[in-house]
Amino acid sequence: MFDNLSEKLQRTFKNLRGQGKLTEENIDDALKAIRLALLEADVHFKVVKRLIANIREKSLGAEVLTALSPTEQVVKIVKDELTAILGSTESKVRYCSTPPTVHMIVGLQGSGKTTSAGKLALWLSQHGHKPLLVSVDVYRPAARDQLKIVAGQIGQPIYDGAAGETTPLELAAGAFREAKQTGRDVVLIDTAGRLHIDDALMVELEQLKKRFEPKEILFVADAMTGQDAVKSASEFDKRLGISGVILTKMDGDARGGASLSIREATGKPLKFLGTGEKPSAFEIFHPERIVSRLLGMGDMLSLIEKVEENIDEKQALEMQRKMLANDFSLEDFREQLRQVKKLGSLQSIMDMLPNVGPFKELQNAEIDPKELVRTEAIINSMTAKERVNADLLNGSRRRRIAKGSGTTVQQVNQLLKQYRQARAMMRGIATGGAGSKKRKRSKGKRRGHGLRGPAPGGMGFRGLLGR
Amino acid sequence: MIQTLFSAPPPESGLFDRFKKAVSKTRDALSGQIDDIFEGKKEIDEELLDDLEMTLIGADVGVRTTSEILDDVRGEMERAEGGDPRAIKERIAGRMMEILRGSERPAETAAQPPEVILVVGVNGVGKTTTIGKLAHRLTQDGRKVLLCAGDTFRAAAAEQLSVWGGRTGCPVIRQKAGADPSAVLFDGLQAAKARGVDTVIVDTAGRLHNKAGLMAELEKMKRTAGRVAPAAPHQVLLVLDAVTGQNGLEQARRFTAGVGVTGLVLAKLDGTAKGGIVVAVARELGLPIRWVGIGEQADDLVAFDPESFVRSLFEG
Ligand SMILES: Nc1nc2c(ncn2[C@@H]2O[C@H](COP(=O)(O)OP(=O)(O)O)[C@@H](O)[C@H]2O)c(=O)[nH]1
Ligand SMILES: [Mg+2]
Repeated sequence: MFDNLSEKLQRTFKNLRGQGKLTEENIDDALKAIRLALLEADVHFKVVKRLIANIREKSLGAEVLTALSPTEQVVKIVKDELTAILGSTESKVRYCSTPPTVHMIVGLQGSGKTTSAGKLALWLSQHGHKPLLVSVDVYRPAARDQLKIVAGQIGQPIYDGAAGETTPLELAAGAFREAKQTGRDVVLIDTAGRLHIDDALMVELEQLKKRFEPKEILFVADAMTGQDAVKSASEFDKRLGISGVILTKMDGDARGGASLSIREATGKPLKFLGTGEKPSAFEIFHPERIVSRLLGMGDMLSLIEKVEENIDEKQALEMQRKMLANDFSLEDFREQLRQVKKLGSLQSIMDMLPNVGPFKELQNAEIDPKELVRTEAIINSMTAKERVNADLLNGSRRRRIAKGSGTTVQQVNQLLKQYRQARAMMRGIATGGAGSKKRKRSKGKRRGHGLRGPAPGGMGFRGLLGR
Repeated sequence: MIQTLFSAPPPESGLFDRFKKAVSKTRDALSGQIDDIFEGKKEIDEELLDDLEMTLIGADVGVRTTSEILDDVRGEMERAEGGDPRAIKERIAGRMMEILRGSERPAETAAQPPEVILVVGVNGVGKTTTIGKLAHRLTQDGRKVLLCAGDTFRAAAAEQLSVWGGRTGCPVIRQKAGADPSAVLFDGLQAAKARGVDTVIVDTAGRLHNKAGLMAELEKMKRTAGRVAPAAPHQVLLVLDAVTGQNGLEQARRFTAGVGVTGLVLAKLDGTAKGGIVVAVARELGLPIRWVGIGEQADDLVAFDPESFVRSLFEG
């Protein structure tokens, strides 16, 4: 049984492989699988219909134009289509020229607004801003207590309301005043969860909007949302003119098709992803990443970015150059291991890998620190020449290395296999998966972000796990 | 029976009526788009079948379940009913009701009190609110209920449950934030025994079903319950949010594998989402849908009714 979109596509394309070109007939099989996969990923059925029509048209038209294999052609077309819907550029957070800026967090009940408000506050504080949180959820029991505790956890101030302030408007006004007085430049309003068809509560949001003119009205949507995503998001957008979307609970195994639906229905960009319960589990949204996730390439880029925060940037650039030049050596592999050790908790990194494709097995894998040590010992026993050119490693050299590192030849072989896999995958990221990225990369670093290309630590992890 | 599903109104009575109202009021709110796909249709053709398929998929029933239901009825329809489009809708509805009724069974009870109900689900689906509403319901039925604040993780979760305790007049057993949920459960069950409580409802922290560590924590709670009260927990209710898409099936699978879910609660059915995923869950796992959440007030919990539910899938 197919388990996810990526597996499905891989399977279909495997079937396509070997056939010379795309024909009406073989494209139909692929399209059927793509349609099924998209629907099972919770993409809205109307969006699916349109996508499939576009993909069919482009697939048939592409035939004569390219020298790619049918598989590659279709993958590329699907990827391009999905990326086109999601928007081809990452979007920015907007601020007022005269602070304080107001940002409002809205959405259905239970979508993750309060957690996201905390995460956004932390993110803002790490990007040169001084947020002030305020909860205007006067309905759900203990909702304001919840935000207060979250604020404490992230060490950011919260406006707790003054005597007599009981309505959302009063509380928000109090917060705005306090922000001005205390020099906080962003007021983050966490609103109560509500149904888009609850007119009274939607009016309440409209009033908040009118009064505070927020620069961002972020609609928080759960990645597990099904077909209803279109209705709720469109209605919020119609009433409020949302400025963007935060997609939460991406650490689950939902495929997140709602992201496509919402984007298609509202035209508003996805801005952030929530990837865990911790305040730091929050990332800028990159369209390619969702596409990659849907296509089974995983959240590789997010992972890489996370790793970058902990890794020397010069080394990262050098590693990136090496990957592109295909001279990622065992020496580099060992360097990766060291970096991984530095990162501390491998589990948190594992959590970022998608629960799909080749990563599935990793999700429940035990991380064995001994394996790390052993792998490093093996590489240490190689000569400098061998580390740069793994092809030198014939049988007798392998035996010598095994002896020198107190391991077995099988273990040495295993490591070499892992190294080759890592190298192949890194090449994949550096070139294929991020095809459109080459261009962007040359623009260099974006504000508040590491470089967006691959970095060390990317795939070596795979080799560090028990079997 | 199925022949009358869309023609005759269902019997109006109390809870059932509220359920019906809840599922149809939402449809009105955004109506206007309610185009009856059967208007003007004379025969069963591919277009009609496509429309039906999309109706069910649009209600989150899922592609697989939908195709199987359609396949079930398609062949025999073309033969038996002379291709009457309305009849095929009845058949499909009937098939879905069969699935939902097939998973119904009497609620598990305790041979001796206290009866223990463990409430589980992913983050934000409506567990705590459901517990508040259920406590209200059981208390009204004359049962002595105790709430156990097993969510020691999420900020202010115990406070939230305590508010519900206050509203429903039920004692709440809690410990400080970060405490071992099994320890809170242990306390709660001891207190329940000492006070002669009929039913203990246990809140748990929301967790994604793909996090092995958190699922293990839940299993531990379950074992703890069994050690303190015989055969506890008697019910393990999985709360699904009506907006949940196909991932709901995976949630049901994993929670059932981990802690033996005995029934479902479909929360937030007062929105525009239809919650069709429960059909897939009932079909695959045979789990009964015990309750439906239709709002945030104490009395916004009603018994599930397959017939009005199925009808609502075809509306708007
Ligand atoms: N409209 C509506 N909202 C609900 C329903 N059940 C729960 N909620 C809301 O959903 C949000 C999350 O509920 P909560 O019980 O805290 O979820 P938990 O995290 O699973 O315990 C809260 O804002 C609740 O008020 C329901 O049946 N209908
Ligand atoms: Mg809760």
